[in-house]
Amino acid sequence: MHGPQPVEAPGIGRATRRRMSPLLHLSAGEVPDFTFKAAMTACALAILGVLIVIVYELVTRSVLSWHAFGLKFFAGSDWDPVSEKFGALPFIFGTLVSSLLALVIAVPLSVGVAVFTTEMCPKALRVPLSFFVELLAAIPSVIYGLWAMFVLVPTLSMYVEPFLGKTLGWTGLFSGAPYGIGMLAAGMILAIMIIPIISSITREVLMVVPQHQREGVLALGATRWEMIRVGVLRNARAGILGGIILGLGRALGETMAVTMVIGNRPEIAKSLFAPGYTMASVLANEFSEATGDTYLSALIEIGLALFVVTIVVNALARLLMWSVTRGQPAKGLA
Amino acid sequence: MTASSQTVPPISLRRRLTDQAMTGVAVLTVILVLAPLIAIFGYLMYRGIGSINWAFLTQTPKPVGEEGGGMANAIVGSAFILGIASLIGVPFGIGAGIYLAEFGRNRFGSAIRFTADVLNGVPSIVIGIVGWSIMVRGHGFSALAGGVALAIMMVPTISRTTEEMLLLVPTAMREAAYGLGIPRWRTTLSITLRTATSGVITGVMLAFARIAGETAPLLFTAFGNTFWNWKATQPTAALPLQIYVYANSPYDDWHRQAWAGSFVLIILIVTTVAAVRYAVRRGSFGAA
Repeated sequence: MHGPQPVEAPGIGRATRRRMSPLLHLSAGEVPDFTFKAAMTACALAILGVLIVIVYELVTRSVLSWHAFGLKFFAGSDWDPVSEKFGALPFIFGTLVSSLLALVIAVPLSVGVAVFTTEMCPKALRVPLSFFVELLAAIPSVIYGLWAMFVLVPTLSMYVEPFLGKTLGWTGLFSGAPYGIGMLAAGMILAIMIIPIISSITREVLMVVPQHQREGVLALGATRWEMIRVGVLRNARAGILGGIILGLGRALGETMAVTMVIGNRPEIAKSLFAPGYTMASVLANEFSEATGDTYLSALIEIGLALFVVTIVVNALARLLMWSVTRGQPAKGLA
Repeated sequence: MTASSQTVPPISLRRRLTDQAMTGVAVLTVILVLAPLIAIFGYLMYRGIGSINWAFLTQTPKPVGEEGGGMANAIVGSAFILGIASLIGVPFGIGAGIYLAEFGRNRFGSAIRFTADVLNGVPSIVIGIVGWSIMVRGHGFSALAGGVALAIMMVPTISRTTEEMLLLVPTAMREAAYGLGIPRWRTTLSITLRTATSGVITGVMLAFARIAGETAPLLFTAFGNTFWNWKATQPTAALPLQIYVYANSPYDDWHRQAWAGSFVLIILIVTTVAAVRYAVRRGSFGAA
């Protein structure tokens, strides 16, 4: 009907043949193509395989602890390897408090930097500024920890904590001996570490906001700040939230720097000056020295909990960001 | 229409002051973010340059309490472990990236994409535990186990950047190759991947820079070693591990060496990142 058929057109559809038996019915020329596709698919499957292996290993190796303690594992606050009593609450508390503290410090700073680079800054400054902020992301965790141990902690204990204790001590959040080492130091170093993530994502999201939104608001007589608030930030809310949650995911799982400054004591204290312990830190400190199957299993269960929490947090962040960058609804509506 | 309704009403003082104040706040946040960066780099340079010496670069650690010695075995050990990780991680990462870009426009592809993103967010300490669980149990700590743990961290990053770069190559180029009768596998390797080379290398280097400073995945896999080791099946020293151990020690000389080690590590990473940036800007394809 449409001119001559292609020469090698088969009697039955190629797809059908392939489904019948992949290798037998391929013509000689198709074998390398098939092999190539199979090899690439295998690489892609490896990613899925790795995730399955991670889940399988964490689940099977923590079963012992799950059977011994059940849900009480996450509610108990005793961590006593000698008498084989394991409750993970102090670690969960430490992870949550240090990460939230980090967000409280990092979010305003990151959004401020992103707004400055996209909306206010002279063009010549834009590239070097984002380069410097990205440089923060390239510093290894252990170097942050080293710096925090030898610079941040002494500064906190000598100047910042005595001052906070004097002025805000009555709140109970800033009381106790100003050792420097503790929750506050952990939260601050985490904040420095997650600023590059949150600010680079916020910057991307702000750049997606269509230019005519800005022009429209400015044409109504708004000042620059009003334009940013109404025309830019309000449009980018979901994306910025996605960036913040991604930063939270990073903070929850961060290990080395926190372990070096948080004090590593499984306690639940109200004061931010007090030492604490996080889920990731207890793994780093005790995993290679754990004796006894229950002890090891309890540690792996902490790893599993950390894994599940970060997966949920990351999936949430991805969904939020997809809704901003993929759909681009603002453009479609205009 | 009266004249007054045509003139724009002046912006009130309160609004103008708010505008100025918020600009001030934004500048302040930039200063507050750059301050720790400058403090960290400045202090690292100051302590690092003052601490590094020939012995540090050529000798192995001295026994506890003795002054001197160096991290030569850790520098070489890091290179060894990173080499193993790249040998495993780079081919798998690029392969998965090719699958996603060339064959993955379907539901299975989306699932892989999502899995890669999820894997990217798994805390490195958890990767370390899994590395221990599959590689170390019953076999003992080894460089190979450390390499596998780091490779797991490389694959998701490399596959996603490779995919992005391959998708930037115009479909017309693929069609031109098919039109010449070139088989699909040959087109992908010699036309598509070739065109995207600089972008793909960028992704690989960034993944490399990211794992070069990782400590947590190596704690229970490569474990560390105070002597030279050339066997993939033996515990091996790594620079980040050694920095961690020395930083937590009570000895001043070990603290000094931790700074020197950090200096070497940061030079390695920053040169990698800077080289990537330079290559991207110069590269014919990076601009696309």
